[in-house]
Amino acid sequence: MALVTANQLAKTYRVGHVDVPALRGVNFTIEPAAFAAFVGPSGSGKSTLLNMIGCLDKPSGGRLTVLDTDVAALDRPAAAAFRGANIGFIFQDFNLIPVLSAYENIEYPLLMVQDWEAGRRRARVQELLDAVGIAEQSGKRPDQLSGGQKQRVAVARALATQPKLVLADEPTANLDHDTAYRILELMKKMRDDFGTTFIFSTHDPKIMGEAEMTFTLEDGRLTNSGGTHA
Amino acid sequence: MLKIIKLAMRNLARYWRRTLLTSGLIVLGIVAVLLFVSVSGSFKGLIVGQITDSMLGHLQVHRKGYVASIDNLPLNLNMKPAQVEKVEQALKSMSDVVASSPRLKFGAMFSNFTETTSIRLNGIVPEREAATVPLLAKRLVQGSAANGLLERGKILIPEILARGMKLKVGDTVVLVATNLDGSVNGKTFVVQGVLGDVTGPGGRDGYIHIDDARELLRMTAPEVSEIAIRLKDPKHLEQAKARLEQALADVRNAQGQPALEVHTWEGLSPFANIARMIDLLDVFIRVMLVGIVLIAVMNVMMMAVYERIREIGTIAAIGTPPRRVLSLFLAEGLLLGLVGTAIGTALSLGIVAVLNFWPVHFAFARQVIELAPAIAASDVLLISAVVLAVAALASLQPAWKAARMDPITALRHV
Repeated sequence: MALVTANQLAKTYRVGHVDVPALRGVNFTIEPAAFAAFVGPSGSGKSTLLNMIGCLDKPSGGRLTVLDTDVAALDRPAAAAFRGANIGFIFQDFNLIPVLSAYENIEYPLLMVQDWEAGRRRARVQELLDAVGIAEQSGKRPDQLSGGQKQRVAVARALATQPKLVLADEPTANLDHDTAYRILELMKKMRDDFGTTFIFSTHDPKIMGEAEMTFTLEDGRLTNSGGTHA
Repeated sequence: MLKIIKLAMRNLARYWRRTLLTSGLIVLGIVAVLLFVSVSGSFKGLIVGQITDSMLGHLQVHRKGYVASIDNLPLNLNMKPAQVEKVEQALKSMSDVVASSPRLKFGAMFSNFTETTSIRLNGIVPEREAATVPLLAKRLVQGSAANGLLERGKILIPEILARGMKLKVGDTVVLVATNLDGSVNGKTFVVQGVLGDVTGPGGRDGYIHIDDARELLRMTAPEVSEIAIRLKDPKHLEQAKARLEQALADVRNAQGQPALEVHTWEGLSPFANIARMIDLLDVFIRVMLVGIVLIAVMNVMMMAVYERIREIGTIAAIGTPPRRVLSLFLAEGLLLGLVGTAIGTALSLGIVAVLNFWPVHFAFARQVIELAPAIAASDVLLISAVVLAVAALASLQPAWKAARMDPITALRHV
């Protein structure tokens, strides 16, 4: 059973009096435990697509199902609940909460989104701290961490609630190449260890080679749908 | 809930200077209100206590029309014995009346044999007067109270008169009064004591025994000008007045109109207007506090939302329910109010304790007043509740805005 299915998916934004199409009839399928990338230049529609898969935005046309749920049918609170239960997010700018330590940032979704009890929460956060290799930095706040360490915290936070899907919008854009590769390796390892599906976007040709499945977008259209890499 | 409060505290500590400034404003407002309420309450309580407990009593009964002509102390508007009896019976049936004192008020000439002046006099039953206005004896600056307050053949004179006519305890004076028929009578008295002057009606009156007064006025029937009444609980003044009026409603004059009138001390003393003014200022300063809290908290919370738009987008994106985002910002506003209220209240209690340890004295008219401010628990609770409610109200709009924020727009915010 496919995890994400898009059928003639379209999205049009209205800018003033002009309709600007961001996605034009996109079709694709992503299976569970995939490590997939949407690639393409800026403005090609990668972020729009990730936003819709993450139930942050709704399609203007076509159909998008994530975990058998029609994204268009979710209202605001239902979409928030769906994200909280099934989807993790990794952002280009890390988006960690500055007043919380690395430990507390990872703990945040368990505490504020899913209400895990304290003992279970502690065990899960420790497991993730060890898994992403920042146990030593657990007490530090984001401003005391390097870019790579911040993104490791972000990966751990995205995985905290054991989501079936993690979406990462340009997760390596603010990192140097070595760190970027290490983060992608970490994401792959997490996929292998936890069986989580990772979908990320990138415009960096070197990074896109790390994906096992690549969808190329140009002007809102898929030009290469689901190409696989060895 | 605890986790939201913890996170709200962290967020407030993030901008600690702003938090400190806003809390400081709330503290300032709370201190201003509580100190004003306590000091003005103390001042009002002292003056009202002095007026009711050393002069007027809480209620007074007069014959209809007497109060309108009270400046002349008209003898023709005294209450007749039957009316007095009716009042006494009514008072006996009222459980909230502690004491009552019949008074015969009149004007007289006062002489020390070398100088003569006018004086306002109260003929009293000493024991009943002392029970009705217990602070009267405490106004004695010379001499002492005897036989409840004073003995027959003796007089308590106001300080202003004692000073002006160089009189002291034990001196003999002459009182000359004109009675209802126009005949003049004189009688000598010995000064038993000198009363300190107080502000308000009767504050510079002299006192003699009611039997001496009747003798001086050659009064054959035991008439009285007024009956002063002391209540168990002065807070229920209006209710007591209404009950007494009802009990006296059947005492009618020749025209079939009610023959007696009941007045509260507020209706007899001009200080009641000052007390009302103090109450008005009290309301005004509370409104100012509401304004300070509203503007301070709303400003800081709007800034907090504006500065944390991306953060709000992040927590919304990872699935934080909108109601929890709302709670988080509401908690921040409430905590600001709570911290300000707690520090402000503690500071106010401290200042009040200092003011009680080193009392502040100030002159009011001819009196020197020693303030004893106190903060009532009900005032602290009410003001705290108002501040917290206003803080919550002020945070509501920014919190609502944060909860309703579109995650994509918020995440794109620079």
